Amino acid sequence: MSETPVRITINGETVEAKPGDLVIAAAERAGTHIPRFCYHNRMSPVGMCRMCLVEIDTGRGPGLQPSCMIPVSDGMVVNTESDRVKQVQEGVLEFLLVNHPLDCPVCDKGGECPLQDNAYSFGPGESRFVEEKRHYEKPIPISDLVNLDRERCILCDRCTRFADEVAGDPLIHFIDRGSQTQVNTFPDHPFSSYFSGNTVQICPVGALTATPYRFKARPWDLSAVESTVTVDSTGARVALQSSQNEVIRVLGVDSDAVNWGWLSDKERFSYEATSGQGRITEPKVRTDDVLVTARWGDALKRAAKALEGEPERIGLIGGARLNLEDQYAWAKLMKGVVGTDHTDAQLGDGLPAPMVLGLPRATIEQATAAGGVVLLLGIDLKEELPTLYLRLRNAARDHQVDLVEMAPRRSALSKLATISVQPEPGTVGVVMTALAEGRTDEAIGGVSPEDLETVRALLSGDRQVTVVLGRSNLAEAARYTADAVGALLGLDPLARFLPGLRRGNVLGALEMGLTPGFLPGGVRRSGVELHNWASVPDFDGRDTEGMLRVAAAGELDTLVLLGADPIEDFPDRDLVDQAFKNVSTVIAVDGFVTSSSSRADVILPAALFGETDGSFLNLEGRLSPVRAKVTPAGQAKADWMIAVELASRLGTELGFVTLDELQAELATTAVSLGEVDWGRVGSAADGALVNHLRSWVLEFGEGAKAPDTNGQGLLLVVDRKLWDQGTMVAESSSLAELAQPAAIRLAPEDVERLGLGAKGKATVSQGDDTHEIAFVADEKVRPGTAALAIRLPGFDARALISHGQPVSRISVRSMGAN
Amino acid sequence: MTLGGTTSPYAAGFVANDTPRIVTSRFDLEDGYTLDRYLATGGYEGLRSALDREPGEVHGEVRDATVLGRGGAGFPAGVKWGFMPPEVWPRYLVVNGDESEPGTYKDRLLMERDPHQLIEGCLIASYAVGLSQCFLYIRGEMALAQERVATALNEAYGAGYIGKNILGTDFSLDIILHWGAGAYVVGEETALIESLEGNRGMPRLKPPYFPAAIGLYGKPTIVNNVETLANLPWIANNGSAAYRAIGTEKSPGTRMVAVSGHVKRPGVYEIVNGITTFRQLLFDDEYCGGMRPGRELKAFVPGGGSAPWFGVDQLDLPFEASEIGPQGSMLGSGAIMVMDDTADIPKAAYSLTRFYAHESCGKCVPCREGGTWLERILHRVVNGQGTSRDLQVLMEVGGTICPGNFPHAASERLGIEAASFPYQMTTICFVGPSAFAPIHSAMTLFPEDFAALVADNDDLAEANGDHGFATNTAVPVELKGVSVR
Repeated sequence: MSETPVRITINGETVEAKPGDLVIAAAERAGTHIPRFCYHNRMSPVGMCRMCLVEIDTGRGPGLQPSCMIPVSDGMVVNTESDRVKQVQEGVLEFLLVNHPLDCPVCDKGGECPLQDNAYSFGPGESRFVEEKRHYEKPIPISDLVNLDRERCILCDRCTRFADEVAGDPLIHFIDRGSQTQVNTFPDHPFSSYFSGNTVQICPVGALTATPYRFKARPWDLSAVESTVTVDSTGARVALQSSQNEVIRVLGVDSDAVNWGWLSDKERFSYEATSGQGRITEPKVRTDDVLVTARWGDALKRAAKALEGEPERIGLIGGARLNLEDQYAWAKLMKGVVGTDHTDAQLGDGLPAPMVLGLPRATIEQATAAGGVVLLLGIDLKEELPTLYLRLRNAARDHQVDLVEMAPRRSALSKLATISVQPEPGTVGVVMTALAEGRTDEAIGGVSPEDLETVRALLSGDRQVTVVLGRSNLAEAARYTADAVGALLGLDPLARFLPGLRRGNVLGALEMGLTPGFLPGGVRRSGVELHNWASVPDFDGRDTEGMLRVAAAGELDTLVLLGADPIEDFPDRDLVDQAFKNVSTVIAVDGFVTSSSSRADVILPAALFGETDGSFLNLEGRLSPVRAKVTPAGQAKADWMIAVELASRLGTELGFVTLDELQAELATTAVSLGEVDWGRVGSAADGALVNHLRSWVLEFGEGAKAPDTNGQGLLLVVDRKLWDQGTMVAESSSLAELAQPAAIRLAPEDVERLGLGAKGKATVSQGDDTHEIAFVADEKVRPGTAALAIRLPGFDARALISHGQPVSRISVRSMGAN
Repeated sequence: MTLGGTTSPYAAGFVANDTPRIVTSRFDLEDGYTLDRYLATGGYEGLRSALDREPGEVHGEVRDATVLGRGGAGFPAGVKWGFMPPEVWPRYLVVNGDESEPGTYKDRLLMERDPHQLIEGCLIASYAVGLSQCFLYIRGEMALAQERVATALNEAYGAGYIGKNILGTDFSLDIILHWGAGAYVVGEETALIESLEGNRGMPRLKPPYFPAAIGLYGKPTIVNNVETLANLPWIANNGSAAYRAIGTEKSPGTRMVAVSGHVKRPGVYEIVNGITTFRQLLFDDEYCGGMRPGRELKAFVPGGGSAPWFGVDQLDLPFEASEIGPQGSMLGSGAIMVMDDTADIPKAAYSLTRFYAHESCGKCVPCREGGTWLERILHRVVNGQGTSRDLQVLMEVGGTICPGNFPHAASERLGIEAASFPYQMTTICFVGPSAFAPIHSAMTLFPEDFAALVADNDDLAEANGDHGFATNTAVPVELKGVSVR
């Protein structure tokens, strides 16, 4: 910072402070803790609790001021220990306890409660209050995950402020007034926010409790490690807490670079899946068409046998669930030992791997830095990467960045976006090409000339452009997004990218070469010799779709599923079915019984999040530690150990038998990790960034073309919801019920035009197939399109996709009409 | 025009006198609230006169006149306007018609009896500071005022006094009427702005102390009281010099006061600023006419329910802020509540404290929890169940809301010196301290009234053990005084 520091005096000691800092923060930095309840460093101050009142003198004599509201100024004299301040601190605590139930012995917060701590440190010791306390109904559920005990509440406005200011879900608020003020939901509107768990974490008393943790433990029985949550690619930092060898709570850790302490409820509560109903804890082998429990040795032997065949007839799908070290071990096993290049960590629902690996990366900090422009290209962040959504929402709300949204339908960020356009499915490439060529005089893809010009002006100016890149329409070929990226780089060659692939450690998997044509370190396969590797594949492999095609044609003998469930996730269900029928051996390395693993011939039980040590590479290319807190369930093993075992059964060695050895080899083999300071990865809250300089040139195909979109009916958008039937949600008992039944979302004008009535079901046809599906009017949906999320209960959206077609078209009509 | 001391049949509560009539000149007229009558009595002439001048000149005229804000703080309106950052638009004028201070009812009469005068004041103010949107916030409970102002606005729009290109000039103004939802604290200007924006009526944190720079919707905003604006047509017509010729150097012009309580003729009066004394107001025949027969003055509240009380020792003080402050109180909103020797002082204090505790918005802790606690202790005391320890706790709890010297009046009888206004406080706004003000005043000026209430209870409390209170809430009132020994 170029600003010169100001000098302030705190309790007689003169210290330097940053201009603009609040007194409470400056004092904290100088080592003086001022007690507080309502102040939270990631939210705007409100000055409500009056706990942080101190005497501040700016030349007119000392006056009582809330230190959370007053910015420092040069020469300011602050006294946090005067008799007057002590009188006020005691007084405020006495007031706070006047109506507090003092039920600490049965309160989950007891032992880690700021009210308790402050009462002991700064309180009067006893109360003069002899009247009856205020009473409310003891905890009322305000959502499926959160309970509210209004008697304990001290009305600090943290949860309500978080819901409104940070999450943008103002579903809880103060009601009534004066001493009857209480936090509550609006009638018939539960606090169904994706971020509700944060309110529990920041509650300074035991008023908000989370259903999964309630009455499970006392804080002093918990031990914790700091880790990185692997449920999506944001890589939010967490503290993992366990008691009696069971993870029972996940708390957000305030990492400046990544999540600021916030978590989505999926990141916070999906630890439950580890002990879910469908958890696999022992090896299984198919015998007489039934999966039976086997010994590790027998299962590994069977699996190794299936990997001995011709490399070109062996493939691997998945790997995004794994830690970076596991991914490296599996890449080395498949590419260096087995010799196949048929590997893909994406399931046909992502973006072209060379593009993801080759684009210049941005960090979240760069994306949210003041003065920038952020292009949301085909992604609905709230549904796909919710914690990143919070960061960008914050930047846009404070008018630090201009958001430009270009996606098939509007999202929760549209309101905050400077401009939001919805090109017709399939046209994003030609729209971006037109912008790059400066053609904004006529509408393209249904986007008006004015909007085109606004977008062009924002993207082509001098400001840093960061693109958050996603694929939020599975019914549209991924190449249109690639076309758009290619054109965009023509418009702004300095644009940086955050690849918004949502699946866990998918960026790590790609970096480790679990994608065809690449080897660990983001290097191309051809003509490369890798340090520590005896050989590399001698052919370019196929991606998931390619593998499934050859498998369906009977040209693949062995398919390894590395924590992948293609039967549910791959967009073309029929193709997967056919492939599974014609493959001789399916090996599932998985933690769960899924549609795919239950059809495997060998199941090797894998250790999951919370049970393994390793590293995570998030969408910025930030390496951070994943740490074990409990022992693996049953006989489950870490994925890298399974790879080591298989290699030895194939008659060779991978070259490492401990995680340390593995990390050491990884650091020397993968060039992009060569300069990583592993000590920093383990110790710093913001991890360490890996090197993204590539030795090869990213190429795009020739000019973008739009598909022929003329025709009857509506263009299909298949997108995602946070709460779906994905394994991690479905296996978490508290989250499983949150997925809403599938409903096709239509623009209100289309609902009217099609005469569908107010609500209910509609007849939906794709080709000759006809379905009856619930519909809702949704103003976020572009007229002329129909949106439906994948993996929701009740209807499989993949049934509506025209496979092999660039876009899908469906017809919707009222039930009974022809 | 002057009816000299007779009660007007048309403005309930208004009593005319010989004081210059700046804002109450139409109060005697049955149809003073109609546009026709307003125009027939010189209405909208002030606007015409202002529009003939440059806005800066009009602003200067108001600044020179030194119109002290009539909402309570007494800050000069012209100076307040000057806090608006130049060249920032849009900017807003918000009229504070949320008059809810206990004892205050002058603005209600201004809106009921002469709504066009207020509208004309809005127009002049808006023209002077160059804004085109004005919000008129009227307290929710004032049905007649709302109806009259709404009707007047329609008339004024129809006649071209509001709207686009007013009276053929470039000046345009829209006035938006907004009704409150019944919260006392919304009379506080930042809470009023929150309420206007559709949020809960809760005060904003200070600084900034004035919303002039960051106000409604984050834009420069002036908040003026109804009576303040009602002065402007007269000033535009007669000039600042004529205004300053009335009253004193520091407090020019007149002001409206609302008297209630134990006087012969309670009502609203227009008095001369800085000159008229409380003694004149309460005892002169042209004003309140003295106490009820055979009664003596015991105490009075000089400036609305939240002001510390005065006793007979302060009767000769004039309506001049710089003289009232050092004597431990404030002029506030001009509401005077009078208590004679029949008044039950603890009950009067309880009544006021209960109001402020009930009206706490709940935002900050000392007011939300402390106010209610004070009310509950005092409730016990006035019901004869308190102890001397309760009296001590009352003062201690109040001391947490307002640490340091709480202002109080000098009392010759008790031999105490005044502690001057204002005070330190732990709350965001004045509602919390207001709950303590009546308790502090009553207990300071009339300690014997409280001592009498708790006299018999201390022994009982001692017998009850270490709780230190006479009874608990489960014990019926009848047990008072029963010996348990």
